[in-house]
Amino acid sequence: MATRTPAAHARGVLIGLLVLLLGMGGLLAFAVQDGRAQWAPLLALDLEGGTQMVLSPQVDGDAEIDEEQLQQAVEVIRQRVDGSGVTEAEITTQGGENVVVGLPGTPDAETRELIQASADMEFRPVLRVEQDMAFMEELLAEDEDLSEEEAEALEEQLGATEDEEQARPEDFEEPTAEPENGSDPNWITPEVAADFANFECSSEISLDDRAESSPDEPLVSCDPESGMKYLLGPVAVPGTNIEDSSFGMEQSGAGQSTGRWAVTINFDAEGTEAFSDTTTRLLGLEAPRNQFAIMLDGQVISAPTTQAAIVDGRPQITGDFSEDEARGLSEQLRYGSLPISFEIESEQQISATLGEEQLRLGLLAGIIGLVLVAGYALFQYRTLGLVTIVSLVVAGVMTWWAIALLGWSDGYRLSLAGIAGLIVSIGLTADSFIVYFERIKDELREGRSLPGAVEAGWSRARRTILASKAVNVIAAVVLYLVAVGNVRGFAFTLGLTAVIDVILVFLFTHPLMQLIARRKFFAAGKKFSGLSEKELGVDVLYRGSGRFARRGPSSTTETASQGAPAPALAGSSASSLPSSPLRPSARTPEHAREDRIQEVPEISESEWAQMTIAERRRARASAARQQDTDETEEER
Amino acid sequence: MAANFAKAGNQLYTGERAYPFIQRSNLWFILAAVLILASIAVPFFRGGFNLGIEFTGGSEFTVSQSENTDIAVGQDAVEEVSGQEATVTNVAPGTVRVQTEELSDTETLEVAEALQEGYGVSAEQVSSTFIGPVWGEQISEQMLLGLIIFVVLVALYMAFYFRTWTMSIAAMLGLGFVVIVTVGIYAATGFEVTPSAIIGFLTILSYALYDTMVVFDKIRENVDGLRSQLDQTFTERVNLAVNQTLVRSINTSVVGILPVGSILFIGSLLLGAGTLRDISLSLFVGIIVGTLATIFIQAPLYARMRRNDAEIKSHTTEVLTLREQRGVHAVTSSGMALDAAGQPTVFPPLPEPEPEVEMEDDDEYQVIIQAPHEH
Repeated sequence: MATRTPAAHARGVLIGLLVLLLGMGGLLAFAVQDGRAQWAPLLALDLEGGTQMVLSPQVDGDAEIDEEQLQQAVEVIRQRVDGSGVTEAEITTQGGENVVVGLPGTPDAETRELIQASADMEFRPVLRVEQDMAFMEELLAEDEDLSEEEAEALEEQLGATEDEEQARPEDFEEPTAEPENGSDPNWITPEVAADFANFECSSEISLDDRAESSPDEPLVSCDPESGMKYLLGPVAVPGTNIEDSSFGMEQSGAGQSTGRWAVTINFDAEGTEAFSDTTTRLLGLEAPRNQFAIMLDGQVISAPTTQAAIVDGRPQITGDFSEDEARGLSEQLRYGSLPISFEIESEQQISATLGEEQLRLGLLAGIIGLVLVAGYALFQYRTLGLVTIVSLVVAGVMTWWAIALLGWSDGYRLSLAGIAGLIVSIGLTADSFIVYFERIKDELREGRSLPGAVEAGWSRARRTILASKAVNVIAAVVLYLVAVGNVRGFAFTLGLTAVIDVILVFLFTHPLMQLIARRKFFAAGKKFSGLSEKELGVDVLYRGSGRFARRGPSSTTETASQGAPAPALAGSSASSLPSSPLRPSARTPEHAREDRIQEVPEISESEWAQMTIAERRRARASAARQQDTDETEEER
Repeated sequence: MAANFAKAGNQLYTGERAYPFIQRSNLWFILAAVLILASIAVPFFRGGFNLGIEFTGGSEFTVSQSENTDIAVGQDAVEEVSGQEATVTNVAPGTVRVQTEELSDTETLEVAEALQEGYGVSAEQVSSTFIGPVWGEQISEQMLLGLIIFVVLVALYMAFYFRTWTMSIAAMLGLGFVVIVTVGIYAATGFEVTPSAIIGFLTILSYALYDTMVVFDKIRENVDGLRSQLDQTFTERVNLAVNQTLVRSINTSVVGILPVGSILFIGSLLLGAGTLRDISLSLFVGIIVGTLATIFIQAPLYARMRRNDAEIKSHTTEVLTLREQRGVHAVTSSGMALDAAGQPTVFPPLPEPEPEVEMEDDDEYQVIIQAPHEH
């Protein structure tokens, strides 16, 4: 870097930015080509039309809900909503407290209730199990992801069982007595038998299924994963008796890992007793009655076989689990200890018409805002205002692509509040340029040449821009983290644009200024350059000085011979010999001193502090000569 | 005019032209105190804020692009379904807003249907919102939490960045002013307070502190070299910094307000109440209050907190004594010397060297100068 001139450096940085932009565009183009993304950002429900509900969890008593349980509840809601046939539902937790459900269109009363209902977990003894043929066939037909081998295996299995007769109501014996315990076949009345025979497994959950599941009655249900249908006895242990659940590698008696995943349940005192009774009873029974089913939301999620009477309330379920399956089951079990229902805190139905109108007007507001800012920039900074405008346009493209990319990678959707954030950020982005331009002007007033002012102004503006942008970013992050409702979209765009703004000032505006500073039009301070001496009052400033050259087309280099030591430095604070009547010495010495310290090579701050005025002058003069020689070389 | 603006900027930069922001701080503080008291008193007299249904709970329907905007139609529709009275307002051309107390799910759907029939519009044109009574409470809690976290983080950040608590505290006190006065303006004007407006408030905080950062950075720069010169006092240097950044402050707030104003204009004129209008309204008020607060409250507060430091006090005394000796009887509030005719002029040379100033052969004298960075 030391060997490169600022202009060459600037070109390098601009090329870097171009590569970054093209990379973003290319990535997006690739994703669009692939059909997975679109050029325009995804729109949130308030712009696209649809329903958004904010749900707050309700728990009996004063139990606390942790993030994990809420996450699990979201999973349950997602399954239910997907199950009810609604596509493109967005369900997320917010602030660790709420669940936000976004649905296209208007949900019917049933979907609404499904979303709000609490999920129940219960353990029931198994009375009878059977493969549901219709479900399997459907699964086979629908599942396109199955590999050929898998499909063949399934078909084979299907063929093997097809010949076996499916249960018919008359196959079941009539109950002969009142059932004694949960595993008693006497639970199977002709009605229950008929239910079982006619039951069709489906992945859809309807409210009716849930309503039927009384804890004291037998129940017919199904495992939608395997397509097995179950006839189950009354609830043996309710999920509320679960204290905790964990998963890990199964340990053999000798403490060695068996390489299989196992899920462990911890029951509370009541659950321990109930589970102990159940397993003791189940252990003596024949298959499938030695199984118990773990049910969530009316569906069987697992039906382990009892291998021992568990009296310590810490049963372990093993099987052919993958790590994910073990984790999933463990989480579901933990959730079961705290059935959560939901209350609708707010519900918003936005018609597509209104959304479209709001989007249109929002964009219109943005364009008007942009035009006004552009106009003001031109008015205040003349041709230099163009730099602001071009920077804003590049910032706009970058933001647009970033949002589209985020929509693709993270499903980020632009909401109306998000659009407001984007528009507001136009002003905040333009401010970095204002800070920088004003600094350049300040440096020009100090008597620097334009290339010098662009550099010196930058080293000061950079610090201010970074420091103040950090405040914006802190605000955006805090807003985003605590946000409820549509605040998030707003916070997100504010934060994103603050970051993009910083990138642009560093990679675009500054190098662009470095290049511009070498154009005659600007360096000479022509009338509409925004840097004209007359407007800056520079010539007024310099009048009467006579000790250094005026800045002009060819004078940037002259400063060297005539102007070293620079005016401000000619008078020390002690002697107070100002360079100009309108240039109070009081204002300049330490500015200049600080500047020059940076520019005087090989002199440390402490050395500098110990030098005499005369020594300092000599050092400055030689540094100025050096610097201006450098600049002259650059000009060539 | 831009030329005049630039010229003014130049004069402000040198200190030739100066507004006594710091010197008149008593006046600003009295005005600020009055504004704060008024902002606290107004909500009492007006019976609180005009809270949106997010805080009171209830149902809201918006009929858009309707040719018929008769208010009675909406009232009848609600009356028919739930027997309640509804507040119906024509918020924008072709847009009617109907607000009721909380309705059940089915009632909400029924009212939506009745409105479609009444106004002769399609289901597409009716939007409904239902909000539970505790929703607003929850938003307020979260926002208060956000406010506290933000203020603490930024206070720490500023203290770290400026290496002093004084600036941080001055900034935060000024922030309190911004919040109270903006809220007061809301109460006084009866603007509706909605969650979107509250988002706006939080953004204002960010904006106000951002602005303060820029101005304080300039103050830091001017004050850092304070003891290395004997022409200007601490107060004058702080005032110079505020004046030097004045053009930037004006440009920034104009540039900030233009887009916000265009959202506000479009939002309230064409869309009626809603996210866009609520956010932009609070921002509009807040940007103005925030910019003014930096100049009139935060910078003077900082100067006042520091000016009695022993070091600064002795420096000020020294500067003022020297002025007597140098025959400077008038300076601008940014510390530029004025001649008898009131024209800006140069500070005359310092009087005879002090004992610590030694003569040197090829120069008049030598001064032991403090290292430029004292902190």
